[in-house]
Amino acid sequence: MSLLELSDVNVAYGRIQALRGITLSVQEGQIVSLIGANGAGKTTTMKTISGLLGLQSGRMTFDGEDLTKVRADLRVRRGICQVPEGRGIFPGMTVLENLDMGGFVRSDRRSPEFAADLERAFTLFPRLAERRTQVGGTLSGGEQQMLAIGRALMARPRLLLLDEPSMGLAPQFIAQIFRVIEEINAEGVTVLLVEQNATQALGLAHQAYVLETGEVTRSGPGSELLADPSIQDAYLGVS
Amino acid sequence: MFLDRFWANTINGLAYGSIYALIAIGYTLVYGVLQLINFAHSEIFVIGVFGVYFTFLALGFQPGAAPNLPIGGIIADLLLAGVVGMVLAGAAAVVLERVAYRPLRRRNAPRLAFLITAIGASFVVQQLFRIFRGSNPEGTIRLLQPEPVFRVFDAPVTNLQIIIVLASIAMFFAADGFVNRTRLGRGVRAVAQDPATATLMGVNRERVIVITFLLGGVLAGAAALFYLMTIPQGAVFNGGFLLGIKAFAAAVLGGIGNLRGALLGGLILGVVENYGQSLFGGDWRDVVAFVLLVGVLMFRPTGILGESLGKARV
Repeated sequence: MSLLELSDVNVAYGRIQALRGITLSVQEGQIVSLIGANGAGKTTTMKTISGLLGLQSGRMTFDGEDLTKVRADLRVRRGICQVPEGRGIFPGMTVLENLDMGGFVRSDRRSPEFAADLERAFTLFPRLAERRTQVGGTLSGGEQQMLAIGRALMARPRLLLLDEPSMGLAPQFIAQIFRVIEEINAEGVTVLLVEQNATQALGLAHQAYVLETGEVTRSGPGSELLADPSIQDAYLGVS
Repeated sequence: MFLDRFWANTINGLAYGSIYALIAIGYTLVYGVLQLINFAHSEIFVIGVFGVYFTFLALGFQPGAAPNLPIGGIIADLLLAGVVGMVLAGAAAVVLERVAYRPLRRRNAPRLAFLITAIGASFVVQQLFRIFRGSNPEGTIRLLQPEPVFRVFDAPVTNLQIIIVLASIAMFFAADGFVNRTRLGRGVRAVAQDPATATLMGVNRERVIVITFLLGGVLAGAAALFYLMTIPQGAVFNGGFLLGIKAFAAAVLGGIGNLRGALLGGLILGVVENYGQSLFGGDWRDVVAFVLLVGVLMFRPTGILGESLGKARV
């Protein structure tokens, strides 16, 4: 069954129409990738789902329930968690405090489960364990991205929105981040992934959508799009 | 002369500076969360002052007359007046946020609109007090006479000064503990550092803003009690102006957005202006205070401790 459904969603920044009739669905347990050029509307789509942006018209449901009128902070409680573009690490908080903020909506913060989730974040990203008392603002880009993902997992999301997790990272970090995304997904978290790095994003996607100037122009299983010559020409840098 | 009065000035300065510090926390908290200088905060303080004053009247104390009560009764009445001042000032701050700032936020108003609204709200409250209570100060009601309790290098330390400094420091630690150690306080810090990401963590930004105004208002209400205990003739419609500017200066001096900076800035400003008064005469008190501010900002533009609620702590 589909966990998230967008149908005919329109979003505008003032007079600029950013999304035009976006329709997409994310099945529970899948990894779904959105690819497209800069300005195609990928980040706008993510922000609309997480509630940072309101929509002009259209329908959006999560787990069968209408989401359009739900405040952004309450969407987190329903299980939607976004790792924003640029990572959004709280610069003045330590690694541990940042992870703790990720679990802000949880009521079991003194329980063994919470402590176990913290340990799991450190197991996924051992680098963070070494730096647990360091403030976020002093971490490298790769470490910040690990922290951002680890932090989002602390909310125990059902749907994880990842906006450009590989942006600006060194290759060895990119490989690790994508490995972790697959691992998280294997444990049952549904993932919606926005990426410039289309080869990687399509490679692990069950389903993928191509966005152009605010519209969905193609969709299909990741492997199918990966093999498509026109997609290869436009997004994969292969000819 | 200056050296003779050095310790007396230091003690007076610390006591008066604690009042600045309590008000400064309100400026600093709101600035940290909204990057807004809430110029109406001085009027929140005045609402607290009148709240305390009218409680004195309601309790039967008369201007000019010495209270005829055992010390226990006086302490209880001071506490009650303080609570009334804190509740009124806290409520006023929340109302101010709702009627003056929230509508602007909803419409994504530019920062200048907030600033002019703050100044406007400040005038409105000030002039309302003038309309209803006239422009003369209220009569002097002094519940507790200052009496020396002990001496530091021959300078007397009064009962009032001890109460004010200890209570202010206790309130500072309560506020600091709230922001740094509670879940909601962590939400406040998160909004200060990155409002959009805080929302993505499930923090209700509007609620954080209300709490910030409430906390600042409550502390201003406490400052109002200490102010009237120190300056019993101080209940007057424009009594918040200079004090507000000084407290704002104290917040900037310590590093605006930084709670500890507000405490430090308040105490330093209180002490230094007393030294200035002693060295150059009473007219120079405020001049010295602001020359200090300008001097410090030239060398440390972000204040002594720097901005911390919003930015990385260094």
